[in-house]
Amino acid sequence: MTDAQLPLQVRGLTVSYGASPAVFSADMRVEPGAMTAIIGPNGAGKSTLLKAVLGIVPALSGQVTVYGKPLDKQRSRIAYVPQRASVDWDFPTRVIDVVQMGLYRQLGLLRRITGRHRSLAMDCLDQVGMADFADRQIGQLSGGQQQRVFLARSLAQGADLYLLDEPFAGVDAATEKAIIDVLKSLKDEGRTILAVHHDLSTVPDYFDRVYIINKSPVAEGPVAEAFTQDALQRAYGGRLASGLLDQLFPVAEAAPAPGFPARTA
Amino acid sequence: MMGQMFGLGYNVILVATGAGLLGLAAGGIGAFLFLRKRSLVSDAISHATLPGVALAFLVMVALGGDGRNLIGLMGGAALSSLAGLVIVHWLDRRTRLGEDAAIGAVLSVFFGFGIVLLTVIQTIGAGRQAGLESFLLGSTAGMLRSDAIIIAVGGALALAACALLRRPMTLVSFDPEYAATQGMRPARIDMAMMALALAVTVVGLKVVGLILIVALLILSPVAARFWTERSEVVALLAGLIGGVSGAAGAVISSLAPDLPTGPIIVLVAAAIFAVSLVLAPQRGVLAGVIAQFQFRRRVHRRQGLLAVAQGQPIYEPYTQRLLRQEGLIRRDGVATSDGQAAAERAALDERRWHMLRGLPEAAPMAARYDGLTPIETVLTADQIADLDRRLTAEGAA
Repeated sequence: MTDAQLPLQVRGLTVSYGASPAVFSADMRVEPGAMTAIIGPNGAGKSTLLKAVLGIVPALSGQVTVYGKPLDKQRSRIAYVPQRASVDWDFPTRVIDVVQMGLYRQLGLLRRITGRHRSLAMDCLDQVGMADFADRQIGQLSGGQQQRVFLARSLAQGADLYLLDEPFAGVDAATEKAIIDVLKSLKDEGRTILAVHHDLSTVPDYFDRVYIINKSPVAEGPVAEAFTQDALQRAYGGRLASGLLDQLFPVAEAAPAPGFPARTA
Repeated sequence: MMGQMFGLGYNVILVATGAGLLGLAAGGIGAFLFLRKRSLVSDAISHATLPGVALAFLVMVALGGDGRNLIGLMGGAALSSLAGLVIVHWLDRRTRLGEDAAIGAVLSVFFGFGIVLLTVIQTIGAGRQAGLESFLLGSTAGMLRSDAIIIAVGGALALAACALLRRPMTLVSFDPEYAATQGMRPARIDMAMMALALAVTVVGLKVVGLILIVALLILSPVAARFWTERSEVVALLAGLIGGVSGAAGAVISSLAPDLPTGPIIVLVAAAIFAVSLVLAPQRGVLAGVIAQFQFRRRVHRRQGLLAVAQGQPIYEPYTQRLLRQEGLIRRDGVATSDGQAAAERAALDERRWHMLRGLPEAAPMAARYDGLTPIETVLTADQIADLDRRLTAEGAA
C-alpha cells in the first residue's frame, strides 16, 4: 500500500490543552475499505485525536495527510459525525435542514437548494430510517434519533472517509443496529470508516481493525492481531473489569501464563 | 404622488424608507447574532460608537469643515466601535473575565467617555454642535435627503452581505465544530457577523440612536423565533419585523414635532414582540397554557375511565366533573352506557399495551407507552389482532 492511497495517515501528532499533552506523538495509518475503531480509556485522547485530525482543535506538531494530500485539499472526501451532546437542541432547525447542512460546502454561498438536493437529503434520511421525521424540530427527537440524523448529514456529503465520534454512546438498541447497518453498507461500497468506540465487547463484531491509544498509541492493526489482552491491559491499566477480559478472551485463561522463560542452560 | 395620497410629505416617505431598510437589515443580522447567542455584544458595539461620533465632530471642526457631515460621523463611530469590539474580544480571550463582564465594562466606559466629550463640545463650540445629541435617541427632524439615502444604501448593503453569508453563519451557530470540518473558519465567520452588526449599528445611529439600536437587533429575532422552527424563516421574519418597526416608527414620530424616532421604533417592535409572546401558535404563552390544560384533561379522563372499568369510585372532583360533562357518568357517579363503552375501550387499550410491553421484540414500539397514547396510533390493525390473539390465549391459560 503506497501512502498516496491511504485514506488517512498521521505522523507524530501532539495535541495539548494547556501544559500536558492530551495526545502525544501519535502515528496512525487508516487502511482503505475497512472499519477501524479507536479505543482507549476515558481521557486517553480518542476524541481529541479525531478533532485534531479534522483541524477542529489545533495540533502542536505533526502531519496529517488524507489520500496523500493535506487535509485542506481533501475536505470534500471527509465526513464527520460529532458526539451528540455538542449542539443546542432548541436551535430552530428541522431534521431535513440538518441533513441539508451536509450539502452547504458543495452549494457554496450562492447556489440555491433545489428539488434534487431535497430528494438527496430525504434519501439519506431514509437510509438511517428517519424519513418520517423530516419535518420535526431536532429537539423533539430522542437521543438515538438525533444521532441517526447526524449520520444522515454525513451521508449527504458523499465522502470517502467517515470519521465518527462515539456513534453508539447512549443510543437505544434500534439505533445501534441502524447505524451499524449503514456503516457496513458504506464499507461494502469501498468507503473507509474510523470511529471512536467505547464498548470493547462489540469491537470484534463491528470492526476490522483497531487503534488502541492512551495518550500515545499502544497498538494498531487487524482485530485478530492488535486487539489482545496484553494491549488492552497496557492501555487501560487496572481499569478493565476482569469479567470483561474473560468474556473477550475466553481462551486466554486456558493458555499457559507467559511467565519467565525457562532458563535453558 | 403616493406621499400626498397618505397625507405624508416627501421627506417622511424618504425617511420611512431609510428606516425600513435599516430595520430590515438589523432584524436579519440580529437573527444570526441571536442564533449564535451573542445578541448582547451588539449592546457593547452600539454604546462604543459615542466617543467616535464626538471625536469625529471635533476633528472635522478643527479641520475647518462642517462637523455634522454624516459620513464623517459614521466613520468615527465605526472606528471607536471597532476598538470596543476588539477590547471585548481581548478581555474574553486573554483574561479571566467572561464575555458578559467584558461587555459591561466596555459599554459603560466608552459611553461615559462619549458623554464627557459631548459636554466638552457643548462648552467650547456652542451652537455648532446642534444635533449631536440626536445620536443618542435618534431623530429624523432636519434629516437631509442625502442622509436618508446614505442610510438606505448602507442598510441595503448590510442586508445583501447578510444574505450572502447566511449558510456559513447558520452552520457556525448550530454546530461550529462541524462547520470547521467543512473548511469554514468559525472565528472568521464570527468576525464577519460582528462586522455586519457594527455596520448596521453605525448606519442606524442617526435614525434610531445608539442607545436603542440594540432593540432592533434583539427584539426582532426573539419575536420572530416564536413563529417558526426554521432558522432561515427566523431571519426573514426578523427582517420583516425590523423593517415594519423602522418604517412605522419613523412615520409615527414625524406626526408630532418633538417625538424622538428611536423610542417610537422600539415601542413598535416591542408591541410586535408582545403579540408574538402571547399569541404565537406553538411557542406562545397562550398556546402553552392551552396545551397544558388539554393535557391535564386527557390524563383525568383516562384515569377516570380506567377507574370506571375496574369498578372503583372516582374521588377527584375535576375528574367527576369532566366525565359528567361528557355524559359518561351520572350525577351519582354511576357510569352511563356511553361511559361503560368508553371505559371498556380504555381498559382494552391498557391490556393491549400491557401485553405489548411484555414482548421483547416490540421494545421500540412499547417505548412509546405513556398511558395516554391509543395503541392504534402505534400499531397496525394486523399487529393489534396478533396482540388480541395472545390476550385470548393468555386468558384461556
